[in-house]
Amino acid sequence: MVSVDVSNKIGKYTTFACAILIITITMSIILLITYKGLAIFTRDGVSLKNFFLTTKWNPDATPAEGGPFVGAAPFIAGSVAVSLLALLFSAPLGIGIAIFMAEISTGWGCKIMQPVIELFVGIPSVVYGWIGISVLVPFIRNHIGGMGFSLLAGAIVLAVMILPTIASVSTDSLRANPADIREGSLALGVTRWQTILMVMVPAAMPGILTAIVLALSRAFGEALAVQMVIGNAIRMPTSLLGPMHTMTSIITMEMSDTVMGTVSNDVLWTIAFMLLFISFIFILLIRTINRGRTAMR
Amino acid sequence: MFSGRRGLGLALSVVLAGSILLTGCASKSQTSPTPGSSSGVDFTVSGSITTAGSSALQPLVEQAANQFMQKDSNAKISVQAGGSGTGLAQIAQGSIDIGNSDLFAGEKLTSAQAAGLVDHKVCVVGFATVVNPGVTVDNLTKQQLQQIFTGKITNWKDVGGSDQQITVINRPTSSGTRATFKKYALDGLEEAQGIALTQDSTGAVAKTVAGTPGSISYLALSYASSNNTVKMLKLDGVDPTNDNITSGKYPIWSYEHMYTKGDPQGLTKAFIDYMAGDEVKPLIQQLGYIVGSDMKVSRNS
Repeated sequence: MVSVDVSNKIGKYTTFACAILIITITMSIILLITYKGLAIFTRDGVSLKNFFLTTKWNPDATPAEGGPFVGAAPFIAGSVAVSLLALLFSAPLGIGIAIFMAEISTGWGCKIMQPVIELFVGIPSVVYGWIGISVLVPFIRNHIGGMGFSLLAGAIVLAVMILPTIASVSTDSLRANPADIREGSLALGVTRWQTILMVMVPAAMPGILTAIVLALSRAFGEALAVQMVIGNAIRMPTSLLGPMHTMTSIITMEMSDTVMGTVSNDVLWTIAFMLLFISFIFILLIRTINRGRTAMR
Repeated sequence: MFSGRRGLGLALSVVLAGSILLTGCASKSQTSPTPGSSSGVDFTVSGSITTAGSSALQPLVEQAANQFMQKDSNAKISVQAGGSGTGLAQIAQGSIDIGNSDLFAGEKLTSAQAAGLVDHKVCVVGFATVVNPGVTVDNLTKQQLQQIFTGKITNWKDVGGSDQQITVINRPTSSGTRATFKKYALDGLEEAQGIALTQDSTGAVAKTVAGTPGSISYLALSYASSNNTVKMLKLDGVDPTNDNITSGKYPIWSYEHMYTKGDPQGLTKAFIDYMAGDEVKPLIQQLGYIVGSDMKVSRNS
Protein backbone atom coordinates (compact mmCIF):
# COMPACT_ATOMS: atom_id res chain seq x y z
CA MET A 1 0.00 0.00 0.00
CA VAL A 2 1.18 3.47 -0.91
CA SER A 3 1.90 5.62 2.09
CA VAL A 4 0.17 8.95 2.57
CA ASP A 5 3.46 10.71 2.17
CA VAL A 6 4.20 9.20 -1.24
CA SER A 7 0.69 9.82 -2.59
CA ASN A 8 0.92 13.40 -1.42
CA LYS A 9 4.12 13.81 -3.35
CA ILE A 10 2.65 12.19 -6.47
CA GLY A 11 -0.28 14.57 -6.30
CA LYS A 12 1.94 17.57 -5.76
CA TYR A 13 4.33 16.82 -8.59
CA THR A 14 1.64 15.81 -11.06
CA THR A 15 -0.24 19.06 -10.62
CA PHE A 16 3.05 20.95 -10.73
CA ALA A 17 3.94 19.27 -14.03
CA CYS A 18 0.53 20.18 -15.44
CA ALA A 19 1.03 23.79 -14.45
CA ILE A 20 4.51 23.92 -15.96
CA LEU A 21 3.26 22.29 -19.15
CA ILE A 22 0.45 24.78 -19.69
CA ILE A 23 2.69 27.74 -18.86
CA THR A 24 5.31 26.52 -21.32
CA ILE A 25 2.73 26.01 -24.07
CA THR A 26 1.26 29.47 -23.53
CA MET A 27 4.69 31.08 -23.47
CA SER A 28 5.75 29.17 -26.61
CA ILE A 29 2.68 30.36 -28.50
CA ILE A 30 3.17 33.95 -27.37
CA LEU A 31 6.87 33.87 -28.29
CA LEU A 32 6.15 32.26 -31.67
CA ILE A 33 3.46 34.79 -32.60
CA THR A 34 5.60 37.68 -31.40
CA TYR A 35 8.61 36.44 -33.32
CA LYS A 36 6.66 35.78 -36.52
CA GLY A 37 4.55 38.90 -36.07
CA LEU A 38 7.50 41.25 -35.92
CA ALA A 39 9.21 39.78 -39.00
CA ILE A 40 7.32 42.11 -41.32
CA PHE A 41 8.96 45.10 -39.64
CA THR A 42 12.40 43.64 -39.00
CA ARG A 43 13.01 41.43 -42.04
CA ASP A 44 10.74 42.84 -44.74
CA GLY A 45 11.38 46.46 -43.78
CA VAL A 46 7.75 47.60 -43.64
CA SER A 47 7.24 50.70 -41.52
CA LEU A 48 4.74 50.78 -38.66
CA LYS A 49 3.03 53.72 -40.30
CA ASN A 50 2.61 51.72 -43.49
CA PHE A 51 1.02 48.81 -41.65
CA PHE A 52 -1.31 50.74 -39.36
CA LEU A 53 -2.27 53.76 -41.40
CA THR A 54 -2.45 52.83 -45.07
CA THR A 55 -5.40 51.07 -46.67
CA LYS A 56 -3.98 49.41 -49.78
CA TRP A 57 -3.73 45.65 -49.52
CA ASN A 58 -1.81 43.50 -51.95
CA PRO A 59 1.08 41.78 -50.18
CA ASP A 60 1.80 39.70 -53.29
CA ALA A 61 2.63 42.75 -55.38
CA THR A 62 6.26 42.76 -56.47
CA PRO A 63 8.59 45.67 -55.69
CA ALA A 64 8.43 46.48 -59.42
CA GLU A 65 4.68 47.13 -59.04
CA GLY A 66 5.38 49.33 -56.03
CA GLY A 67 4.46 46.61 -53.55
CA PRO A 68 4.15 44.93 -51.26
CA PHE A 69 1.08 46.77 -50.03
CA VAL A 70 0.33 45.77 -46.48
CA GLY A 71 -2.05 48.44 -45.22
CA ALA A 72 -3.95 46.76 -42.42
CA ALA A 73 -6.05 49.76 -41.45
CA PRO A 74 -9.25 48.42 -43.12
CA PHE A 75 -9.04 45.21 -41.11
CA ILE A 76 -8.32 46.89 -37.79
CA ALA A 77 -11.04 49.47 -38.33
CA GLY A 78 -13.41 46.73 -39.50
CA SER A 79 -12.86 44.59 -36.41
CA VAL A 80 -13.31 47.58 -34.13
CA ALA A 81 -16.48 48.72 -35.94
CA VAL A 82 -18.22 45.36 -36.02
CA SER A 83 -17.33 44.54 -32.40
CA LEU A 84 -18.43 47.87 -30.98
CA LEU A 85 -21.65 47.87 -32.98
CA ALA A 86 -22.40 44.32 -31.81
CA LEU A 87 -21.78 45.46 -28.24
CA LEU A 88 -24.14 48.39 -28.75
CA PHE A 89 -26.91 45.95 -29.72
CA SER A 90 -26.05 43.32 -27.19
CA ALA A 91 -25.10 45.13 -23.98
CA PRO A 92 -28.50 46.70 -23.19
CA LEU A 93 -30.25 43.44 -24.03
CA GLY A 94 -27.82 41.31 -22.03
CA ILE A 95 -27.92 43.55 -18.96
CA GLY A 96 -31.71 43.64 -19.22
CA ILE A 97 -31.84 39.85 -19.22
CA ALA A 98 -29.46 39.78 -16.26
CA ILE A 99 -31.64 42.18 -14.24
CA PHE A 100 -34.69 40.11 -15.13
CA MET A 101 -33.07 36.88 -14.00
CA ALA A 102 -31.33 38.14 -10.88
CA GLU A 103 -33.79 40.67 -9.54
CA ILE A 104 -37.21 40.57 -11.14
CA SER A 105 -38.11 36.99 -11.85
CA THR A 106 -35.77 34.85 -9.82
CA GLY A 107 -38.21 31.94 -9.92
CA TRP A 108 -39.87 30.78 -13.14
CA GLY A 109 -38.24 33.42 -15.34
CA CYS A 110 -34.82 32.25 -14.34
CA LYS A 111 -35.81 28.62 -14.84
CA ILE A 112 -36.68 29.37 -18.46
CA MET A 113 -33.96 31.89 -19.25
CA GLN A 114 -31.01 29.95 -17.82
CA PRO A 115 -31.29 26.98 -20.22
CA VAL A 116 -32.08 29.30 -23.14
CA ILE A 117 -28.87 31.21 -22.55
CA GLU A 118 -26.87 28.03 -22.09
CA LEU A 119 -28.28 26.78 -25.39
CA PHE A 120 -27.15 29.97 -27.08
CA VAL A 121 -23.58 29.32 -25.91
CA GLY A 122 -23.68 25.79 -27.30
CA ILE A 123 -24.55 26.76 -30.88
CA PRO A 124 -21.39 26.59 -33.01
CA SER A 125 -20.39 29.77 -34.80
CA VAL A 126 -20.70 28.15 -38.24
CA VAL A 127 -24.41 27.66 -37.56
CA TYR A 128 -24.83 31.34 -36.68
CA GLY A 129 -23.00 32.22 -39.89
CA TRP A 130 -25.14 29.84 -41.92
CA ILE A 131 -28.35 31.32 -40.54
CA GLY A 132 -26.90 34.76 -41.13
CA ILE A 133 -26.11 34.07 -44.77
CA SER A 134 -29.41 32.31 -45.46
CA VAL A 135 -31.84 34.52 -43.55
CA LEU A 136 -30.25 37.76 -42.39
CA VAL A 137 -28.31 38.69 -45.56
CA PRO A 138 -31.30 38.32 -47.95
CA PHE A 139 -33.52 40.10 -45.40
CA ILE A 140 -31.21 43.11 -45.26
CA ARG A 141 -30.86 43.13 -49.05
CA ASN A 142 -34.61 43.01 -49.67
CA HIS A 143 -35.93 45.17 -46.86
CA ILE A 144 -33.20 47.57 -45.78
CA GLY A 145 -30.91 48.01 -48.76
CA GLY A 146 -27.43 47.38 -50.06
CA MET A 147 -26.30 43.93 -51.06
CA GLY A 148 -26.96 42.29 -47.71
CA PHE A 149 -23.37 41.42 -46.91
CA SER A 150 -22.67 44.28 -44.57
CA LEU A 151 -21.37 45.69 -41.32
CA LEU A 152 -24.94 45.52 -40.03
CA ALA A 153 -25.26 41.79 -40.78
CA GLY A 154 -21.93 41.07 -39.10
CA ALA A 155 -22.83 43.12 -36.04
CA ILE A 156 -26.23 41.44 -35.62
CA VAL A 157 -24.72 37.94 -35.87
CA LEU A 158 -22.00 38.90 -33.39
CA ALA A 159 -24.50 40.53 -31.06
CA VAL A 160 -26.42 37.25 -30.79
CA MET A 161 -23.18 35.38 -30.19
CA ILE A 162 -21.92 37.60 -27.37
CA LEU A 163 -25.31 38.04 -25.72
CA PRO A 164 -24.99 34.94 -23.47
CA THR A 165 -21.60 36.12 -22.18
CA ILE A 166 -22.97 39.49 -21.16
CA ALA A 167 -26.17 38.02 -19.71
CA SER A 168 -24.62 35.22 -17.67
CA VAL A 169 -21.64 37.12 -16.26
CA SER A 170 -23.85 40.11 -15.39
CA THR A 171 -26.38 37.81 -13.74
CA ASP A 172 -23.70 36.23 -11.57
CA SER A 173 -22.44 39.66 -10.64
CA LEU A 174 -25.91 40.90 -9.64
CA ARG A 175 -26.53 37.75 -7.61
CA ALA A 176 -23.24 38.27 -5.79
CA ASN A 177 -24.51 41.55 -4.35
CA PRO A 178 -25.04 41.18 -0.59
CA ALA A 179 -28.75 40.94 0.28
CA ASP A 180 -28.49 43.62 2.98
CA ILE A 181 -27.94 46.45 0.49
CA ARG A 182 -31.24 45.59 -1.17
CA GLU A 183 -33.00 45.30 2.17
CA GLY A 184 -31.42 48.53 3.35
CA SER A 185 -32.60 50.33 0.25
CA LEU A 186 -36.14 48.96 0.50
CA ALA A 187 -36.23 49.83 4.21
CA LEU A 188 -35.61 53.46 3.31
CA GLY A 189 -38.83 53.40 1.31
CA VAL A 190 -37.18 53.27 -2.10
CA THR A 191 -39.24 51.51 -4.79
CA ARG A 192 -38.16 48.17 -6.23
CA TRP A 193 -37.22 49.60 -9.62
CA GLN A 194 -35.25 52.44 -8.04
CA THR A 195 -33.46 49.90 -5.86
CA ILE A 196 -32.46 47.90 -8.89
CA LEU A 197 -31.36 50.93 -10.89
CA MET A 198 -29.70 53.00 -8.17
CA VAL A 199 -28.36 50.34 -5.83
CA MET A 200 -28.12 46.85 -7.30
CA VAL A 201 -26.80 47.68 -10.77
CA PRO A 202 -24.17 50.19 -9.59
CA ALA A 203 -23.00 47.73 -6.94
CA ALA A 204 -22.60 45.05 -9.61
CA MET A 205 -21.02 47.46 -12.08
CA PRO A 206 -17.47 46.02 -11.99
CA GLY A 207 -18.90 42.59 -12.84
CA ILE A 208 -21.05 44.03 -15.61
CA LEU A 209 -18.05 45.86 -17.05
CA THR A 210 -16.10 42.60 -16.91
CA ALA A 211 -18.92 40.97 -18.85
CA ILE A 212 -18.78 43.70 -21.46
CA VAL A 213 -15.01 43.45 -21.87
CA LEU A 214 -15.22 39.65 -22.10
CA ALA A 215 -17.92 39.96 -24.75
CA LEU A 216 -15.90 42.52 -26.65
CA SER A 217 -12.89 40.25 -26.61
CA ARG A 218 -14.99 37.35 -27.90
CA ALA A 219 -16.39 39.59 -30.64
CA PHE A 220 -12.88 40.55 -31.69
CA GLY A 221 -11.73 36.98 -31.88
CA GLU A 222 -14.72 35.53 -33.72
CA ALA A 223 -13.81 34.71 -37.30
CA LEU A 224 -16.06 32.31 -39.10
CA ALA A 225 -19.59 33.60 -38.50
CA VAL A 226 -18.60 37.19 -39.19
CA GLN A 227 -16.64 36.27 -42.27
CA MET A 228 -19.66 34.53 -43.76
CA VAL A 229 -21.94 37.57 -43.60
CA ILE A 230 -19.71 40.61 -43.72
CA GLY A 231 -18.79 40.50 -47.41
CA ASN A 232 -15.03 40.79 -46.92
CA ALA A 233 -14.45 43.82 -49.08
CA ILE A 234 -11.13 45.43 -48.25
CA ARG A 235 -12.22 48.98 -47.47
CA MET A 236 -12.70 51.23 -44.48
CA PRO A 237 -16.09 50.75 -42.83
CA THR A 238 -17.93 53.86 -43.91
CA SER A 239 -21.49 52.62 -44.21
CA LEU A 240 -23.71 50.40 -42.09
CA LEU A 241 -24.94 48.60 -45.20
CA GLY A 242 -21.60 48.32 -46.99
CA PRO A 243 -19.40 45.24 -46.94
CA MET A 244 -16.12 45.27 -45.02
CA HIS A 245 -13.35 43.07 -43.68
CA THR A 246 -11.99 42.08 -40.28
CA MET A 247 -8.60 41.03 -38.87
CA THR A 248 -9.70 37.49 -38.20
CA SER A 249 -11.28 36.91 -41.59
CA ILE A 250 -8.25 38.11 -43.55
CA ILE A 251 -6.19 35.53 -41.67
CA THR A 252 -8.56 32.62 -42.29
CA MET A 253 -9.03 33.62 -45.93
CA GLU A 254 -5.44 34.02 -46.95
CA MET A 255 -3.40 31.74 -44.72
CA SER A 256 -3.85 28.59 -46.77
CA ASP A 257 -2.63 30.17 -49.98
CA THR A 258 0.41 31.95 -48.64
CA VAL A 259 3.85 30.47 -48.27
CA MET A 260 5.93 30.62 -45.07
CA GLY A 261 8.64 33.23 -45.20
CA THR A 262 6.95 35.46 -47.79
CA VAL A 263 5.65 38.95 -47.11
CA SER A 264 2.05 37.78 -47.65
CA ASN A 265 2.50 35.20 -44.90
CA ASP A 266 4.45 37.46 -42.53
CA VAL A 267 1.80 40.16 -42.62
CA LEU A 268 -0.87 37.65 -41.55
CA TRP A 269 1.28 36.77 -38.54
CA THR A 270 1.51 40.46 -37.74
CA ILE A 271 -2.28 40.71 -37.76
CA ALA A 272 -2.40 37.64 -35.49
CA PHE A 273 0.06 39.37 -33.20
CA MET A 274 -2.19 42.43 -33.14
CA LEU A 275 -5.13 40.23 -32.10
CA LEU A 276 -3.03 38.74 -29.30
CA PHE A 277 -1.97 42.22 -28.23
CA ILE A 278 -5.57 43.43 -28.15
CA SER A 279 -6.64 40.45 -26.07
CA PHE A 280 -3.83 41.27 -23.63
CA ILE A 281 -5.25 44.75 -23.30
CA PHE A 282 -8.69 43.30 -22.61
CA ILE A 283 -7.28 40.98 -19.94
CA LEU A 284 -5.47 43.89 -18.32
CA LEU A 285 -8.68 45.89 -18.39
CA ILE A 286 -10.60 43.11 -16.66
CA ARG A 287 -7.92 42.76 -14.00
CA THR A 288 -7.97 46.50 -13.36
CA ILE A 289 -11.75 46.53 -13.05
CA ASN A 290 -11.68 43.60 -10.65
CA ARG A 291 -8.93 45.15 -8.56
CA GLY A 292 -11.18 48.19 -8.22
CA ARG A 293 -13.97 45.95 -6.98
CA THR A 294 -11.94 44.20 -4.30
CA ALA A 295 -10.62 47.55 -3.12
CA MET A 296 -14.17 48.87 -2.86
CA ARG A 297 -15.43 46.07 -0.64
CA MET B 1 11.76 12.51 -10.37
CA PHE B 2 10.93 16.20 -10.27
CA SER B 3 13.34 17.15 -13.00
CA GLY B 4 12.17 14.13 -15.03
CA ARG B 5 8.58 15.30 -15.02
CA ARG B 6 9.45 18.84 -15.85
CA GLY B 7 11.65 17.52 -18.64
CA LEU B 8 8.68 15.60 -20.03
CA GLY B 9 6.52 18.71 -19.90
CA LEU B 10 9.14 20.73 -21.71
CA ALA B 11 9.63 18.05 -24.31
CA LEU B 12 5.89 17.89 -24.93
CA SER B 13 5.55 21.62 -25.34
CA VAL B 14 8.55 21.76 -27.64
CA VAL B 15 6.88 19.10 -29.79
CA LEU B 16 3.64 21.08 -29.75
CA ALA B 17 5.33 24.33 -30.65
CA GLY B 18 7.29 22.51 -33.32
CA SER B 19 4.16 21.20 -34.96
CA ILE B 20 2.77 24.73 -35.06
CA LEU B 21 5.93 25.90 -36.80
CA LEU B 22 5.69 23.21 -39.42
CA THR B 23 1.94 23.73 -39.89
CA GLY B 24 1.24 20.05 -40.03
CA CYS B 25 3.27 16.93 -40.19
CA ALA B 26 3.13 14.11 -42.65
CA SER B 27 4.44 10.60 -42.67
CA LYS B 28 7.39 9.83 -44.82
CA SER B 29 7.01 7.18 -47.45
CA GLN B 30 8.49 3.83 -46.73
CA THR B 31 8.64 2.21 -50.08
CA SER B 32 10.30 -0.89 -51.37
CA PRO B 33 11.32 -0.09 -54.93
CA THR B 34 10.91 -2.87 -57.45
CA PRO B 35 13.48 -3.09 -60.19
CA GLY B 36 12.30 -2.73 -63.76
CA SER B 37 9.21 -0.64 -62.99
CA SER B 38 10.06 2.14 -65.41
CA SER B 39 7.49 1.14 -68.00
CA GLY B 40 3.85 1.29 -66.92
CA VAL B 41 2.57 1.82 -63.43
CA ASP B 42 4.00 -0.22 -60.61
CA PHE B 43 1.19 -1.55 -58.43
CA THR B 44 3.47 -3.63 -56.23
CA VAL B 45 4.97 -0.81 -54.16
CA SER B 46 3.85 -0.43 -50.61
CA GLY B 47 4.04 2.42 -48.16
CA SER B 48 2.16 5.59 -47.41
CA ILE B 49 2.41 9.07 -48.93
CA THR B 50 0.67 12.37 -48.35
CA THR B 51 -0.40 14.90 -50.94
CA ALA B 52 -1.71 18.35 -50.07
CA GLY B 53 -2.50 21.65 -51.74
CA SER B 54 -4.85 22.97 -54.42
CA SER B 55 -8.49 22.50 -53.57
CA ALA B 56 -9.29 22.75 -57.30
CA LEU B 57 -7.31 19.59 -57.98
CA GLN B 58 -8.26 17.77 -54.81
CA PRO B 59 -11.39 15.95 -56.14
CA LEU B 60 -9.39 14.40 -58.98
CA VAL B 61 -6.46 13.37 -56.80
CA GLU B 62 -8.82 11.92 -54.24
CA GLN B 63 -10.68 9.74 -56.74
CA ALA B 64 -7.51 8.69 -58.54
CA ALA B 65 -5.94 7.76 -55.20
CA ASN B 66 -8.94 5.61 -54.33
CA GLN B 67 -8.67 3.79 -57.67
CA PHE B 68 -4.94 3.33 -57.16
CA MET B 69 -5.36 1.95 -53.67
CA GLN B 70 -7.85 -0.63 -54.95
CA LYS B 71 -5.19 -1.95 -57.30
CA ASP B 72 -2.35 -1.70 -54.83
CA SER B 73 -3.66 -2.80 -51.46
CA ASN B 74 -0.35 -2.10 -49.73
CA ALA B 75 -0.38 1.57 -50.65
CA LYS B 76 -1.84 4.29 -48.49
CA ILE B 77 -2.29 7.69 -50.15
CA SER B 78 -3.60 10.49 -48.00
CA VAL B 79 -5.09 13.41 -49.93
CA GLN B 80 -5.47 16.77 -48.22
CA ALA B 81 -6.51 20.19 -49.46
CA GLY B 82 -5.18 23.37 -47.85
CA GLY B 83 -4.62 25.59 -50.87
CA SER B 84 -1.92 25.91 -53.51
CA GLY B 85 0.32 27.96 -51.24
CA THR B 86 0.18 25.27 -48.57
CA GLY B 87 0.96 22.55 -51.10
CA LEU B 88 3.96 24.41 -52.48
CA ALA B 89 5.28 25.47 -49.07
CA GLN B 90 5.02 22.00 -47.63
CA ILE B 91 6.66 20.28 -50.59
CA ALA B 92 9.44 22.86 -50.53
CA GLN B 93 10.01 22.04 -46.85
CA GLY B 94 9.79 18.34 -47.62
CA SER B 95 7.00 17.76 -45.12
CA ILE B 96 4.73 16.07 -47.68
CA ASP B 97 5.41 13.83 -50.70
CA ILE B 98 3.41 15.59 -53.42
CA GLY B 99 2.40 19.26 -53.44
CA ASN B 100 -0.61 20.13 -55.62
CA SER B 101 -0.81 23.61 -57.10
CA ASP B 102 -2.79 25.64 -59.63
CA LEU B 103 0.25 27.80 -60.21
CA PHE B 104 3.82 27.27 -61.29
CA ALA B 105 6.05 27.00 -58.21
CA GLY B 106 8.00 30.04 -59.36
CA GLU B 107 4.87 32.19 -59.10
CA LYS B 108 4.55 31.56 -55.36
CA LEU B 109 7.97 30.59 -54.09
CA THR B 110 11.31 32.34 -54.30
CA SER B 111 13.75 30.72 -56.70
CA ALA B 112 15.72 29.39 -53.75
CA GLN B 113 12.64 27.73 -52.28
CA ALA B 114 11.56 26.36 -55.65
CA ALA B 115 14.95 24.83 -56.37
CA GLY B 116 14.83 21.06 -56.54
CA LEU B 117 11.07 20.89 -57.09
CA VAL B 118 10.02 18.75 -60.05
CA ASP B 119 6.85 19.73 -61.90
CA HIS B 120 4.38 17.07 -63.08
CA LYS B 121 1.51 18.61 -65.04
CA VAL B 122 -1.44 16.29 -64.54
CA CYS B 123 -4.21 18.14 -66.32
CA VAL B 124 -5.59 21.50 -67.39
CA VAL B 125 -8.50 23.33 -65.83
CA GLY B 126 -10.47 26.17 -67.40
CA PHE B 127 -12.14 29.07 -65.65
CA ALA B 128 -15.41 30.71 -66.54
CA THR B 129 -16.78 34.14 -65.77
CA VAL B 130 -20.03 33.49 -63.93
CA VAL B 131 -22.93 35.78 -63.10
CA ASN B 132 -26.17 35.59 -61.18
CA PRO B 133 -28.85 33.91 -63.36
CA GLY B 134 -30.89 37.14 -63.26
CA VAL B 135 -28.25 38.97 -65.32
CA THR B 136 -29.43 39.29 -68.93
CA VAL B 137 -25.97 39.76 -70.46
CA ASP B 138 -24.56 36.65 -72.20
CA ASN B 139 -21.25 37.90 -73.52
CA LEU B 140 -18.57 40.30 -72.37
CA THR B 141 -15.56 41.50 -74.29
CA LYS B 142 -12.26 41.23 -72.51
CA GLN B 143 -12.18 44.99 -72.27
CA GLN B 144 -15.62 45.12 -70.63
CA LEU B 145 -14.57 42.38 -68.20
CA GLN B 146 -11.48 44.34 -67.28
CA GLN B 147 -13.49 47.54 -66.80
CA ILE B 148 -15.91 45.72 -64.51
CA PHE B 149 -13.17 44.23 -62.33
CA THR B 150 -11.24 47.48 -62.16
CA GLY B 151 -14.38 49.37 -61.13
CA LYS B 152 -14.78 51.52 -64.26
CA ILE B 153 -18.13 49.93 -65.14
CA THR B 154 -20.47 49.49 -62.19
CA ASN B 155 -23.85 48.98 -63.84
CA TRP B 156 -25.02 46.18 -66.13
CA LYS B 157 -26.77 48.69 -68.40
CA ASP B 158 -23.33 49.89 -69.59
CA VAL B 159 -22.60 46.48 -71.08
CA GLY B 160 -26.01 45.88 -72.62
CA GLY B 161 -27.91 44.55 -69.63
CA SER B 162 -30.67 45.93 -67.45
CA ASP B 163 -30.22 48.84 -65.07
CA GLN B 164 -28.72 46.96 -62.16
CA GLN B 165 -25.68 47.50 -60.00
CA ILE B 166 -22.77 45.11 -60.56
CA THR B 167 -21.48 43.31 -57.47
CA VAL B 168 -18.01 41.91 -58.01
CA ILE B 169 -17.12 38.83 -55.98
CA ASN B 170 -13.43 38.04 -55.71
CA ARG B 171 -11.23 35.36 -54.23
CA PRO B 172 -8.52 36.40 -51.73
CA THR B 173 -5.38 37.96 -53.25
CA SER B 174 -3.40 34.80 -52.50
CA SER B 175 -5.78 32.42 -54.31
CA GLY B 176 -4.50 30.48 -57.32
CA THR B 177 -7.81 30.87 -59.13
CA ARG B 178 -7.67 34.63 -58.71
CA ALA B 179 -4.07 34.72 -59.94
CA THR B 180 -5.02 32.78 -63.09
CA PHE B 181 -8.05 34.95 -63.75
CA LYS B 182 -6.06 38.12 -63.21
CA LYS B 183 -3.28 36.96 -65.51
CA TYR B 184 -5.30 35.66 -68.45
CA ALA B 185 -8.65 37.48 -68.26
CA LEU B 186 -7.57 40.84 -66.90
CA ASP B 187 -4.16 40.77 -68.60
CA GLY B 188 -2.53 41.43 -65.23
CA LEU B 189 -4.51 44.58 -64.51
CA GLU B 190 -4.87 45.45 -60.85
CA GLU B 191 -8.44 44.94 -59.63
CA ALA B 192 -9.89 47.91 -57.82
CA GLN B 193 -9.75 47.36 -54.09
CA GLY B 194 -12.84 47.74 -51.97
CA ILE B 195 -15.47 47.31 -54.69
CA ALA B 196 -15.49 43.55 -54.46
CA LEU B 197 -16.77 41.12 -51.89
CA THR B 198 -14.35 38.31 -51.11
CA GLN B 199 -15.27 34.67 -50.62
CA ASP B 200 -12.58 32.21 -49.73
CA SER B 201 -13.62 29.08 -51.56
CA THR B 202 -15.12 27.91 -54.83
CA GLY B 203 -18.26 26.74 -53.02
CA ALA B 204 -18.73 30.05 -51.20
CA VAL B 205 -18.32 31.98 -54.47
CA ALA B 206 -20.96 29.84 -56.19
CA LYS B 207 -23.41 30.28 -53.33
CA THR B 208 -22.87 34.04 -53.15
CA VAL B 209 -23.21 34.54 -56.90
CA ALA B 210 -26.37 32.44 -56.94
CA GLY B 211 -27.86 34.49 -54.10
CA THR B 212 -26.77 38.02 -54.95
CA PRO B 213 -28.60 39.81 -57.79
CA GLY B 214 -26.26 41.47 -60.30
CA SER B 215 -23.16 39.65 -59.06
CA ILE B 216 -20.20 38.53 -61.16
CA SER B 217 -17.28 36.26 -60.32
CA TYR B 218 -15.20 33.42 -61.73
CA LEU B 219 -15.20 29.68 -61.10
CA ALA B 220 -13.28 26.63 -62.25
CA LEU B 221 -15.04 25.16 -65.27
CA SER B 222 -15.07 21.76 -63.63
CA TYR B 223 -17.27 23.32 -60.97
CA ALA B 224 -19.26 25.89 -62.95
CA SER B 225 -20.42 23.57 -65.72
CA SER B 226 -22.03 21.19 -63.24
CA ASN B 227 -23.65 23.97 -61.26
CA ASN B 228 -27.02 25.22 -62.46
CA THR B 229 -27.37 28.02 -59.95
CA VAL B 230 -24.96 30.33 -61.77
CA LYS B 231 -24.74 31.45 -65.41
CA MET B 232 -21.53 31.24 -67.44
CA LEU B 233 -20.64 34.12 -69.75
CA LYS B 234 -18.91 34.05 -73.12
CA LEU B 235 -15.68 35.96 -73.45
CA ASP B 236 -15.33 37.87 -76.75
CA GLY B 237 -18.08 35.63 -78.10
CA VAL B 238 -16.31 32.40 -77.20
CA ASP B 239 -18.05 29.87 -74.95
CA PRO B 240 -16.01 28.65 -72.00
CA THR B 241 -15.87 25.01 -73.02
CA ASN B 242 -13.09 22.47 -72.86
CA ASP B 243 -13.06 22.25 -76.69
CA ASN B 244 -12.43 25.97 -77.00
CA ILE B 245 -9.65 25.73 -74.45
CA THR B 246 -7.81 22.84 -76.13
CA SER B 247 -7.96 24.62 -79.48
CA GLY B 248 -6.60 27.79 -77.93
CA LYS B 249 -9.68 29.96 -78.57
CA TYR B 250 -10.50 30.55 -74.91
CA PRO B 251 -7.61 31.93 -72.87
CA ILE B 252 -8.57 31.51 -69.20
CA TRP B 253 -7.07 28.20 -68.07
CA SER B 254 -4.17 26.90 -66.08
CA TYR B 255 -2.22 23.73 -65.59
CA GLU B 256 -2.78 21.68 -62.48
CA HIS B 257 0.62 20.75 -61.12
CA MET B 258 1.82 18.02 -58.82
CA TYR B 259 5.23 18.93 -57.44
CA THR B 260 7.74 16.53 -55.93
CA LYS B 261 10.99 17.37 -54.21
CA GLY B 262 13.58 15.85 -56.49
CA ASP B 263 12.69 13.00 -58.82
CA PRO B 264 9.84 10.89 -57.43
CA GLN B 265 10.67 7.49 -55.95
CA GLY B 266 8.73 4.39 -55.01
CA LEU B 267 5.04 4.91 -54.31
CA THR B 268 5.24 8.62 -55.15
CA LYS B 269 6.60 7.73 -58.58
CA ALA B 270 4.02 4.98 -59.09
CA PHE B 271 1.16 7.32 -58.21
CA ILE B 272 2.40 10.14 -60.44
CA ASP B 273 2.86 7.68 -63.29
CA TYR B 274 -0.68 6.52 -62.65
CA MET B 275 -2.04 10.09 -62.71
CA ALA B 276 -0.42 10.59 -66.12
CA GLY B 277 -1.58 7.25 -67.47
CA ASP B 278 -4.58 6.16 -69.52
CA GLU B 279 -6.56 4.85 -66.57
CA VAL B 280 -7.07 8.28 -65.05
CA LYS B 281 -8.00 9.98 -68.34
CA PRO B 282 -11.71 9.06 -68.17
CA LEU B 283 -11.78 10.36 -64.61
CA ILE B 284 -10.18 13.66 -65.69
CA GLN B 285 -12.82 14.14 -68.37
CA GLN B 286 -15.67 13.00 -66.16
CA LEU B 287 -14.77 15.55 -63.49
CA GLY B 288 -14.61 18.39 -66.03
CA TYR B 289 -10.84 18.80 -66.28
CA ILE B 290 -8.90 18.61 -69.54
CA VAL B 291 -6.36 15.90 -70.33
CA GLY B 292 -2.97 17.53 -70.87
CA SER B 293 -2.26 15.68 -74.12
CA ASP B 294 -5.46 17.10 -75.69
CA MET B 295 -4.05 20.61 -75.53
CA LYS B 296 -3.03 22.03 -78.88
CA VAL B 297 -1.51 25.06 -77.17
CA SER B 298 1.00 25.19 -74.36
CA ARG B 299 2.39 27.64 -71.84
CA ASN B 300 5.46 28.14 -69.74
CA SER B 301 5.70 29.81 -66.38
